[in-house]
Amino acid sequence: MPSLIDLMLEGRSVQQHSPWPRVAVDASVWTFAASELAQGRWSLLGLWGELSTVHMAIMDGHTAEIATVSLDCPDHSYPSVGKHHPPALRLERAIFDLFGLSAEGSTDSRPWLDHNNWGVRFPLGDRIDALSQSSPYRFLPAEGDSLHQIAVGPVHAGIIEPGHFRFTASGETVVRLEERLGYTHKGIEGLMIGASVERAAQLAGRVSGDSTVAYAFAFSRAAEAALQLVVPDRAIWLRALLAEFERLANHLGDIGAICNDASFALMQAHCGVLRESVLRASNAAFGHRLMRDIVVPGGVTHDLNGDGTAIIRAALANIRRRFPALVELYDNTASLQDRTVDTGVLKPTLARQYAAGGYVGRASGRSFDARRTLAYPPYDSLHFEVPVLTEGDVNARVWIRVREVEQSLSLIDQILDRLPEGSIGTRVAHRPEPREGMAIVEGFRGDVLIWLRLQDGRVERCHLRDPSWFQWPLLEAAIEGNIVADFPLCNKSFNCSYSGQDL
Amino acid sequence: MRKLLFQSLFRPPLTEQAPLPDDTAVTELATAVGRAARRHLGRSLSIREVDAGSCNGCELEIHALNNAYYDIERFGLKFVASPRHADVLMVTGPVTKNMRDALERTYHATPNPKWVVAVGDCARDGGCFAGSYAVAGGVSQVVPVDLHIPGCPPSPTMVLQGLLALLDRAAPNATSA
Repeated sequence: MPSLIDLMLEGRSVQQHSPWPRVAVDASVWTFAASELAQGRWSLLGLWGELSTVHMAIMDGHTAEIATVSLDCPDHSYPSVGKHHPPALRLERAIFDLFGLSAEGSTDSRPWLDHNNWGVRFPLGDRIDALSQSSPYRFLPAEGDSLHQIAVGPVHAGIIEPGHFRFTASGETVVRLEERLGYTHKGIEGLMIGASVERAAQLAGRVSGDSTVAYAFAFSRAAEAALQLVVPDRAIWLRALLAEFERLANHLGDIGAICNDASFALMQAHCGVLRESVLRASNAAFGHRLMRDIVVPGGVTHDLNGDGTAIIRAALANIRRRFPALVELYDNTASLQDRTVDTGVLKPTLARQYAAGGYVGRASGRSFDARRTLAYPPYDSLHFEVPVLTEGDVNARVWIRVREVEQSLSLIDQILDRLPEGSIGTRVAHRPEPREGMAIVEGFRGDVLIWLRLQDGRVERCHLRDPSWFQWPLLEAAIEGNIVADFPLCNKSFNCSYSGQDL
Repeated sequence: MRKLLFQSLFRPPLTEQAPLPDDTAVTELATAVGRAARRHLGRSLSIREVDAGSCNGCELEIHALNNAYYDIERFGLKFVASPRHADVLMVTGPVTKNMRDALERTYHATPNPKWVVAVGDCARDGGCFAGSYAVAGGVSQVVPVDLHIPGCPPSPTMVLQGLLALLDRAAPNATSA
């Protein structure tokens, strides 16, 4: 079995790309990599385009080796990866919509982000005029007796993001769900091109608001890898504190919201209070409830306020006092368990095939957690467990969150105990030559990947891959055979980001 | 569950605990919103939230209005599932070109009299996303806006403040309509 290293030897290595190698390969090596992905030997981490190049980030799950392969496509086409490995399909459709590079042999050539509203096609590639008339989007067929369709969205009933869901149901049972996303596409990767590093960091923090720390963290790490910056210890530890606080707030909110979608409002009320306590502590300690724009390339902009440590400790103590009773309530309420157990089951084989991150992967037997597998600092010197379950139902996704709340509480304690003294940032020295960096950071939802090329303090190209890219398609699989009324529950247990995948 | 419910009977409401100065502000504000809402609109003001392309940061804070600290329903202000039931459209995000049509349709589906509240910095003029090929601009580029609440994202307190301002301004329209 060839290792990633062997693959690397096949290509021409690109200088000044860190921390993992990037190599330019030819079409045969590209196709070989795609078939290895299809065999399940490697995991697909990302697939993105440039003017006339496609890049693919791959991980060897056994050795945690990571590499990026790049293929020049001067004639604007490249061999499809999705043909062999379905998780790549939506990424290829997005690459076509943005850059006009077509995946040769792909089984799905429908548009994805482009709804023919931009007034232009291939906005990041060789632009051409928009189609004068858009043809209706073809949803995949479902055939059989007495099937009916239910169209939902883009504007949904709750306070949530927009997207369209097309259900085909047989009576109450969902036969097929197909998602159509792209409604919140803001063109962030387009805005990144030519932006200063400071502005780009701000934009990165606004890809998905609930993961603003994770994105700013990943962007900063990628920029620092490109520029070979050494970040002061205190900043590194403060970043982890911010990241764990973000995870805590989101998980607490999610646990309540999932129960609420099973009509158990009591959990929602209590978890909402705990979530609010975390946001208030964030505001008091760092000056912003969601901790936005605090992590920047070079360090952090904000140290803990004077009594920040005490405020955070008090918030933790409060959660430790109240959370166990809520967990017990969840576990002991038969009517609630009846809704969550065995509902929306995601099979471990699918989670592995799609390299699903976060609670979606970990509730279905995939143990990847970037904090553990890639052990970026300061997680390499912190003690924590990565909870993994194999049931793959809504219940398992709740329990992963519960366990991760407990782990985050412990991590925050450790960080506060060992927070080094010193400065919180270093000056970002720009380089005149192009330099590339990549980073993977574990957000609450899963691994956020950011790849970028900087030159002279400007972004030449930056790609931001939300964990949702590999989770949304799995929701379609998990809902099959469930009743329509359980969709909100399943959807909330996945809690994928619309904005993060639409960009 | 009984124990939790029992405790809640005896624990003072979270809204009345004021360990931080902003809790006092919330209470004051809440009283004011309550008075104004009742005077102008009886006990009912229904809000339909529409995400027209936001990063979901504003949604998180709008959600928080429903938690026990802000408990927006105390004042008869509530979020509804359909624009048909709404008096107020609360719109977030820069309006993306892909959401423009949906926002217009939602606006036209809302019965008169209606108000539009644009929430967040990008809802004013596109914010940091302005100028993108995929962004139509602020909410007022697409539907008439009665009030803008700034912030990235605005805190729940700021959103409550904004609603108060709207109630004061909307009063003459509401009585004439």
